[in-house]
Amino acid sequence: MSTISREEVARLAGLARIDLTDAELTRLATELDVIVEAVATVSRVATDDVPATSHPLPLVNVLRPDVVVQPLAADQALAAAPSAEDGRFAVPQILGEDA
Amino acid sequence: MSDLTRLSAAALADRLSAGEASSVEATRAHLDRIAAVDGAVHAFLHVSADDALATAADVDARRAAGEQLHPLAGVPIAVKDVVVTKGLPTTAGSRILEGWVPPYDATLVERIKAAGLPILGKTNMDEFAMGSSTEHSAFGDTHNPWDLDRIPGGSGGGSAAAVAAYEAPLAIGTDTGGSIRQPAAVTGTVGTKPTYGGVSRYGLIAMASSLDQAGPVTRTVLDAALLHALIGGHDPRDSTSLPDPLPDVVGAARLGASGDLTGVRLGVVRELGGDGYQPGVRARFEESLEVLQAAGAEVVEVSCPNFQYALAAYYLIMPSEASSNLAKFDGMRFGLRVEPADGPVTAERVMAATRGRGFGDEVKRRVILGTYALSAGYYDAYYGSAQKVRTLVQRDFAAAFEQADVLVSPTAPTTAFRLGEKLDDPMAMYLNDVATIPANLAGVPGISVPNGLDGGLPTGFQVLAPAKADDRLYRVGAALEALLEARWGGPLLASAPELEETR
Repeated sequence: MSTISREEVARLAGLARIDLTDAELTRLATELDVIVEAVATVSRVATDDVPATSHPLPLVNVLRPDVVVQPLAADQALAAAPSAEDGRFAVPQILGEDA
Repeated sequence: MSDLTRLSAAALADRLSAGEASSVEATRAHLDRIAAVDGAVHAFLHVSADDALATAADVDARRAAGEQLHPLAGVPIAVKDVVVTKGLPTTAGSRILEGWVPPYDATLVERIKAAGLPILGKTNMDEFAMGSSTEHSAFGDTHNPWDLDRIPGGSGGGSAAAVAAYEAPLAIGTDTGGSIRQPAAVTGTVGTKPTYGGVSRYGLIAMASSLDQAGPVTRTVLDAALLHALIGGHDPRDSTSLPDPLPDVVGAARLGASGDLTGVRLGVVRELGGDGYQPGVRARFEESLEVLQAAGAEVVEVSCPNFQYALAAYYLIMPSEASSNLAKFDGMRFGLRVEPADGPVTAERVMAATRGRGFGDEVKRRVILGTYALSAGYYDAYYGSAQKVRTLVQRDFAAAFEQADVLVSPTAPTTAFRLGEKLDDPMAMYLNDVATIPANLAGVPGISVPNGLDGGLPTGFQVLAPAKADDRLYRVGAALEALLEARWGGPLLASAPELEETR
């Protein structure tokens, strides 16, 4: 089930949007292989008749009083941004085409 | 040297309310202690001396004016750096948030501030709480006050070391797989992971949202209960916050301190012991059981056969949730932004460059692992199966709690290991949490109480209770503490070596 290749790690890093160096790719491939082999034991007991649990203590319809609260002001939200302009976050080009 | 730093929070609170000491004196004493020993311990990433003294002065003035104050008003506290604090730098131990100053407070911080506890500063931790040794902090290791060459546990090693080194009487931790309890065990301190939803997660920088819980880190069980009562309870800003009132944890701690456990059934979990646990850890555990039995508790053995799969399930669920939660660190709204060295400067490439530079090894490892577990073709086999194991672990707990009021085990399989010893072996590091993880998967509460030494290093005794029955932790924990301290002639920390003070 396991054996994670260096190419697979590179593909996952692309999906996760993390630039990795060559050395990191090589090391992670080895480490993830060991980890994945260990965690794959979950499939031994996860039979079809067992339902999945996503939340430890499910809650239904916990409501708060419908009162207006002060939101974060725009200047506070923008204060820690790497770049801001005219009351907005300034971001790099978001589409891949040439500028 | 002032002895205000050696008092428990409860004892310090008594002195403050009796007018025998001021909060400014207590806060200054702790700031002096931090200045004297934190060069060696490195529990703090940021010390907020001016803010803490201002809060202390305000509390002193209000007390002098006859105002009715919270019982812990004026008692200083340290906060783990994964909890956002308005106006105080918050990094979660990561370069990607270096220099970030949050524009709002976590709910638990609001409660701390409203009660008038001076915040001494922010404590060191593994980056984004990912680790069991605090060695994954981007800002250097924290050292165990019992032996500065050893780990203080993790991820909340800074909070545990701060209270163990008398730099703070109280601290806040967070526990996703053991990050409050395991550091408590290896530093000879007390730490509680409340029932999931018992303490608001609003303002915690999330690692794994279905597992994360904030809780108290202290030197005594009563102090943990007092802090738990302060920060716990419903918060409409956290959709997973329990609407139920908090059980009387303080009353339970006071009851337990009488040392009488008549009629309490303790379930020893067969799967959380034996091979893989250091012989000295097992010996201290057996001795504690005898002490509790002598106090009237009934001991039964319970079996939780699916706990052997808990670690594996955890290392699928946690990275999966983390890979999703950490997507917010995109270099756009806060924190670091790195532009790629060459090629077009697009948002996607900026995000990848920022995360490549800003995340440390362990964070990269877990995000990639989580991305793998959630990716097409693997989802059912990994994430889906892990969620089923979670159901099986919950069923094991339910069955065990039919036979026992609380479950008990060693908190961690070993005492503190040497810094660097397990850094190159992720699986060996992950095994530190083998006894603490099941509680997070099931959402049940747990506490670690110091229960002795092995080779001069502390061991911890873990108590687990059913969901929403956190009071049971405090009754049993306080009883064990009282009984053991009567034997030892004082707290375990009194036998820790004195740290050299530098000015």
